[in-house]
Amino acid sequence: MPNNDAHPNHNIDRDRLVELYRTMRRIRAFEEAAEKASLSGQVGGAVHLSIGQEAVAAGVCANLRQSDQITTTHRGHGHCIAKGTDPGAMMLELFGKEGGTCGGKGGSMHIADFKVGMLGANGVVAAGIPIAVGAAHGAKLLGEDRVVVCFFGDGAINRGPFMEGLNWASVFKLPVLFVCELNGFASTTHSDAVTAGPGANARAESLGLEAFEVDGNDVAAVDALVGDLIPRIRGGSGPSFLSARTYRLKGHTSVDPAHYRDQEFAAAQWDNDPLARAAGELRRLGLPGEQLASIDSDAAAEMTLVSDAAEAAGHPAPEQAFTDIQDIGAPVWREQA
Amino acid sequence: MSVISYQEAALQAVAEEMRRDHRVWALGEDLGRGGVFGQYRGLREEFGPERIADTPISEATIMGASVGAALVGTRPVVEMRFADFALCAVDEMVNQAAKARFMFGGQARVPMVIRQPSGMWRSSAAQHSQSLEAWYAHIPGLVVVAPYTPADNKGLLKAAIRCDDPVIYIEHKDNWALEGEVPDDIDYLVPLGPARLARAGGDLTLVTWSKMVGVAERAAALAAAQGMEIEVIDLRTLWPWDQEMVFASVAKTKRLMVVHEAVQVGGFGAEIAATVAEHMADVLTAPICRMGAPRAPISYAKPLEDELRITPELIMANASRQIGG
Repeated sequence: MPNNDAHPNHNIDRDRLVELYRTMRRIRAFEEAAEKASLSGQVGGAVHLSIGQEAVAAGVCANLRQSDQITTTHRGHGHCIAKGTDPGAMMLELFGKEGGTCGGKGGSMHIADFKVGMLGANGVVAAGIPIAVGAAHGAKLLGEDRVVVCFFGDGAINRGPFMEGLNWASVFKLPVLFVCELNGFASTTHSDAVTAGPGANARAESLGLEAFEVDGNDVAAVDALVGDLIPRIRGGSGPSFLSARTYRLKGHTSVDPAHYRDQEFAAAQWDNDPLARAAGELRRLGLPGEQLASIDSDAAAEMTLVSDAAEAAGHPAPEQAFTDIQDIGAPVWREQA
Repeated sequence: MSVISYQEAALQAVAEEMRRDHRVWALGEDLGRGGVFGQYRGLREEFGPERIADTPISEATIMGASVGAALVGTRPVVEMRFADFALCAVDEMVNQAAKARFMFGGQARVPMVIRQPSGMWRSSAAQHSQSLEAWYAHIPGLVVVAPYTPADNKGLLKAAIRCDDPVIYIEHKDNWALEGEVPDDIDYLVPLGPARLARAGGDLTLVTWSKMVGVAERAAALAAAQGMEIEVIDLRTLWPWDQEMVFASVAKTKRLMVVHEAVQVGGFGAEIAATVAEHMADVLTAPICRMGAPRAPISYAKPLEDELRITPELIMANASRQIGG
């Protein structure tokens, strides 16, 4: 178990690590605010927190261009923020308010932000895999040099679209990086208990993909490895697969106390918190404590503002329930009597 | 105008739209050799393997990848080979293609045509013969099209390819060889929505679609010989369906029969019957008649399969009762 001040086996520029840490801290602060709003009832729907997994989102997306694209899952707030989605619009979406990323039509599980290449979170496990593969297929057909990153968890590797999508990407040699976040759980079941064989990487390799492993709680390691992979994929290497071992520090949803796991083990995982590890590394690299503290307080202040704004914002107009459905044969809104 | 088959009409539609718009491409199993029914014959030679893509037998990913490719600006024509196989891709159709535009607040469109050859043809049994159009008509976000004539198969398919909505496009497998006059105009489009008056008549309105249009026309000919005039409406598009034409016809004939090859229980005929009953009960002079298949899997052996078919004679018998009564 690495401790907070473990000496990493890689070198990273301090300024770059500061930015990675800032991204992680903003994700953490956003999700803590979302958790609070969920528990208070201000956010009505399910909120799946990625607390503990921020290093994967931050380390991967730091290596992408805005024109590159990602798909994510129900546990996707971190990927959205890391790709550049405005947390204000995200929080409005969680609150179901006007001005949300999707106008209040999607909520936490369907955040999308096409202008920054965020092609949508998905409420169906593994459903983002074929969509990411298709986005890459589209890029290839249109002659665009985009890379598509597909985030999913260890729960997804037992669904058919995982096998189909990896095979497809491999057959058509598509520019996709598959990022499997091994967070230990498939919903509320331990992944290991329901997954046969040697695991995700072996499955990927059997389909002709080069598969890599990284400590998913070491943001500098994720950044370094993905920094090597993306240019290769952009250059036409075909798809690659990355397993990032991490841990979901919270339950399946914000209201899941996760009694199904060993409490002692779960508590110990906080020692491996990716934010604490990055902070320790930054201190080792000589970052003054007050600078670190100001990143933390800036993030907290930003997300407090974002939550307050979401609380104050107006609801979408009722006729919005009838828009953006289809051009041909759309329903007609009638005010309820 | 040329006389060509339903299959050739579809082939022309795809080829013309691919020439017109470089974003249009087709993908599915065995397309390179022309598709299972020859409906892509020659396209690989003209457009190459990237735009006429042979895929693995991975229906979920054929569909899901098409959603992704549509979200980023291409216009996939998705071949499902048999409508029955599209059931392997229901999440991708219903949860993804149909919902993406709405869930994402209108940020993206999913312009894709999902071709699902449907219906009974010859001894193909329970997994290669179904008519499941009603399922898709139930799903917000989808357009559902079921052409009968070769001209419509060209004009509707072209319109579907140009449409920004996901379109479930149901071709009848028994229709591939059906010939008819088809306009040569490369901008010949049949709008999605309006029905087609297949035969005029004053005694009974018969609403149907796909292959059953031909069966209904034969029934109408039998009826005419006995002095009964059946008006046959080919719905062409199931969602949205042409209420205006159906209502106008029922206002004239005061009788309604709905006929489809699909299982009658929960079939789309029920929607038409209920809508007419809600709005025009006072006009009707006879109970509405619905005709669909029994709620039985489709058999292999011909005599068993035939038990599930709607024939002109069966329609004629019901029409006589409705008009006579």
